[in-house]
Amino acid sequence: MGTGDPLGMEGAHTQASGMGGMRTAGDLVARMQMTRRMRLKEAKAYVADKLGCTPRDLSDPSAMEQIRIEKGLGTLPFTSSVRPGEAGMIEAKFNISQVLDIPINSVERFKERVGLASSFAV
Amino acid sequence: MQITRGMRLTEAKTYVAGKLGVSVLDLSDPTVMLDVRKELGLGGILESGEITDIDDPMGIEAKFNIAAVLDVPVNCVERFRAKAGRRRPAQI
Amino acid sequence: MEPRIATRMGDGSLVEMTRSEIKADLEEGTQQSAKRAKVDPLTQDELDHLLDIYASSARFTAVDIGDEVVMSNDGTGTKHIGNRVQDLQTYEQVLGIDIVELWQIDYSYKAIKTNVAHEGQAMKIAQMLCTNPVQYGAMPDLGRYSKPDGPIDNWSELLPLMKVDEARAAQIEACAMLVEDINFVADHMVEAGADGIDMDTTGAAGDADFLAGLTACRMLREKYPFLGIEIGMASEFVLGMHGQLEFDGERLAGMWPKDQLRMVQAAGGSIYGPAVNINTGKSTAWNIARAITIIKPAMEIAEIPVHVNVGMGVGGVPTCVYPPADATSRASKAFVEILKIDGY
Repeated sequence: MGTGDPLGMEGAHTQASGMGGMRTAGDLVARMQMTRRMRLKEAKAYVADKLGCTPRDLSDPSAMEQIRIEKGLGTLPFTSSVRPGEAGMIEAKFNISQVLDIPINSVERFKERVGLASSFAV
Repeated sequence: MQITRGMRLTEAKTYVAGKLGVSVLDLSDPTVMLDVRKELGLGGILESGEITDIDDPMGIEAKFNIAAVLDVPVNCVERFRAKAGRRRPAQI
Repeated sequence: MEPRIATRMGDGSLVEMTRSEIKADLEEGTQQSAKRAKVDPLTQDELDHLLDIYASSARFTAVDIGDEVVMSNDGTGTKHIGNRVQDLQTYEQVLGIDIVELWQIDYSYKAIKTNVAHEGQAMKIAQMLCTNPVQYGAMPDLGRYSKPDGPIDNWSELLPLMKVDEARAAQIEACAMLVEDINFVADHMVEAGADGIDMDTTGAAGDADFLAGLTACRMLREKYPFLGIEIGMASEFVLGMHGQLEFDGERLAGMWPKDQLRMVQAAGGSIYGPAVNINTGKSTAWNIARAITIIKPAMEIAEIPVHVNVGMGVGGVPTCVYPPADATSRASKAFVEILKIDGY
């Protein structure tokens, strides 16, 4: 992206055209771009298929809140919405890895260090 | 062992020493325990990244191994297993 | 009399222009850059679309619902609020960034090599606390290897002395060191759990700098098939500081975004980031037409995601530390709607 003050740069871009990160499915689509080198359309179609929703739902915080809770993909804790019983932080990445069927490096490293079975060769 | 099993100090030290394969005196010896904790993956001080490095378990990772070594449930570890295993709990 | 519309110059200052003046700037911007980069100018439809976006007095603009793209964020955080990991959490949870990046203020792989253990530990903690992908980023920064900062004879001093062979040899030697350092840092970061490696501002020192990035990228891809590898460029054009360096038999000097992208794809990169610098003396309309004209040929052949650099001073965003959101959002909408980019 680039530099500049956060509100005028990142904040403006995310509001103007960003998927929304964990508010929606931006982090999930990003993972398909990074891990599988998928272009945007293909990545959105892949994630939508795995989640059982439409590509447009992926940028819709209202739709994605329910899907993320249902599948344990992590939600944002803030004043009026804290869910310590839900998967968050690295916990959510275990579920993201399973749902998207991709290895997540930090999850595989975690498993190595605590003696859990690995799902992928990393 | 005190908070999970209600053991008195002597009993708790004996139990932990037995599980770690060290003497009771060793439990308070940082020189011995540095190596023991490293070997068993029980976590350590992150001092400048020089003593405990990125390959060593830290934070909640270490608590997975502590639960296994001491044979006690650790609440946050069990909750982590449940939350992170939503799709395939048998694997976690 | 034609009404005047508040718009921005490339330095961020607010000016008033008529719709006709903005239209003229768009046309001049595309014509001048097309000639310079030897590409086609934008079509009339595309210019009309840009005019609709830029000849508006709205304080903010945005893409249509459903057209949102991925935000990778090289250099995530302010460095001055909380610690670095808190910075990443803030950008993940407050700003809605999709890929956050851990980095240190001396943004150079050579500098990071000396404290890589600390950086690795920070990455590991970040991975524990973030759900978003977390990549590690720095510049290849080839110039760091030349005297007085590094051990290699300074090619910028050798060239004016007409010691061309010596200058070329020095760059090749530095390139090998840089490839080793990028691998060294990347290996540690992957071990610490990184989701990706970002080579930012690649090509800043010319073709040898770009070659180092591509070479390191190919090596990392072979080692880590899952790894996100982003190569973001320093500018629209690869300077021929060496002039004869090749990657896969193709000369790197003089490459524009389309060829830069082909090289990044061939090297196994996951994400390519074109950069087109701002002319501060021209309007943002002139600058966006220029940037889109230069990047458009790359989008036509892209097989991997393209995340355009759109921060302060590049990609139609003015060169000022507080980029005005009216200008930022217009650039954002223009790239998404005209070039169908994959992210920023």
